[in-house]
Amino acid sequence: MADLFEGIWWSGYVWPTLITVLLILCIMIPVMLSVAYLTLAERKVIGWMQLRKGPNVVGPFGLLQPIADALKLLMKETIIPAGANPVLFLIAPMLTFVLALIAWAVIPFDEGMVLADINVGVLYLFAISSLGVYGIIIAGWASNSKYAFLGALRSAAQMVSYEVSIGFVIVTVLICVGSLNLSDIVRSQAGGGFWNWYFLPLLPMFVVFIISALAETNRAPFDLPEAEAELVSGYNVEYSAMAFALFFLGEYANMILMSGMTVVLFLGGWLPPVDAQPFTWVPGPIWFALKIAFVLFIFLWVRATFPRYRYDQLMRLGWKVFLPLSLFWVVATAGFLVAFDLLPTGTN
Amino acid sequence: MAFAGFMFYIFAAICVACAVMVITSRNPVHSVLFLILAFFNAAGLFVLIGAEFLAMILVVVYVGAVAVLFLFVVMMLDVNFVELRRGVKRYVYLGATLGGILFLELALVATSWTLGPQMSSITLGPVVGTVSNTRSIGQVIYTDYVYLFQGASLILLVAMVGAIVLTLRSRAGVKKQVIADQVSRSSKDELIVVKVDSGSGI
Repeated sequence: MADLFEGIWWSGYVWPTLITVLLILCIMIPVMLSVAYLTLAERKVIGWMQLRKGPNVVGPFGLLQPIADALKLLMKETIIPAGANPVLFLIAPMLTFVLALIAWAVIPFDEGMVLADINVGVLYLFAISSLGVYGIIIAGWASNSKYAFLGALRSAAQMVSYEVSIGFVIVTVLICVGSLNLSDIVRSQAGGGFWNWYFLPLLPMFVVFIISALAETNRAPFDLPEAEAELVSGYNVEYSAMAFALFFLGEYANMILMSGMTVVLFLGGWLPPVDAQPFTWVPGPIWFALKIAFVLFIFLWVRATFPRYRYDQLMRLGWKVFLPLSLFWVVATAGFLVAFDLLPTGTN
Repeated sequence: MAFAGFMFYIFAAICVACAVMVITSRNPVHSVLFLILAFFNAAGLFVLIGAEFLAMILVVVYVGAVAVLFLFVVMMLDVNFVELRRGVKRYVYLGATLGGILFLELALVATSWTLGPQMSSITLGPVVGTVSNTRSIGQVIYTDYVYLFQGASLILLVAMVGAIVLTLRSRAGVKKQVIADQVSRSSKDELIVVKVDSGSGI
């Protein structure tokens, strides 16, 4: 009896848990490394665009710079302001960081290479990205400082506004796919190379999605929550050491995540750009990573190129331009598919 | 299955505890945060009965949008809650009566299929394995009850227009940017390049 129980215990609970933890580590470690080197890439790319060298002192080509930065933040003291709400003050950065990481559970890196292949993968991603605002708004309130609070309010309004158009963009893609599963979305773009990816037929939606992704991740030119000229540095002004580092890492992990979402929805996920010999030799995860790197480069490029938006212009762009445009495209796409009898007959 | 049962009790216990904390915590911001946690656990319960679509929609709509607006408003409130609580005793009987009736009704709904066996035909739950619940919800809303759904959305539209009409006021002396004017400007209309002779001026 005890043997039987032990057997079930091992094969039913302990073993699957161990395997899942291992798989999670296989995703988390590359993500964390990419986050670390994204900060370096950002400084390098912006440096080159501004005819500077960027960090080049620590290690060869400055390659050890992210590690030095992380160590510096680790050694510093975490300061909790006297008037702050200590529990919420510390929960906020953890929340931001955790939310940026748990979304990776549903991202497909290759055919079948996904931690949780759930039916409502897109909705899960959308739900998680819409929760990101809490970390910021709680941080702003718990800091008990007016700069942090103003930054948090701006950020909350901004993220809620742009989520609406992101939602409609996702709906447009879903109409074409006929499934909410992320792997199905990539599969429906297969065959025929980049010609079959959704960024071509849905080009306006692709542009709307990229711009909304910039706003959703609080990146330049929509980085009003941390507009340093007006708000010192916005919602994270009272944070120091690891608490600050978690915000920072969360923001960059979110950037990578939004790029991953863009790649899955519009750039054919793990599929090679040309369905022919030398390209199909390269394994899927490498194509996926290259495409993410390309979208991330757009993020950095935009940051080095455009000045910051004014707040009313930002709201106008979200509500008066993107919302009607994306709503129209949902209707237009649906109408087109119905009129030409192209609606997907997915099993989901 | 044992694991699912275990998770059910965890989600349900946290959900009820959060609901209690929503009405007992002193700080209104904490109340809203507990409300959000309660939403989360409700979403977890939905996942357990196989309604993952509803769970995700609950998180997107209630946690991602509605509760953000709650939090937004509550954070900016400057209300003295000690003052507000002073009159609580006067309303406690009325509140307890209403709450009791509501609780009784909920209990009746929840136990209806044990009280009346013929009610068991209308117990709703996702049918696992036949169609995904995204598709079945779409079927119900957009095919079976499409006119009722359209009617409900019209009512919401009217409510939205009404709210905007009630709060919209045009104030005098506010300068607004007319985007069309700005976009239609060109350098030809605004700039003159002149060669100025020295000593004469324009």
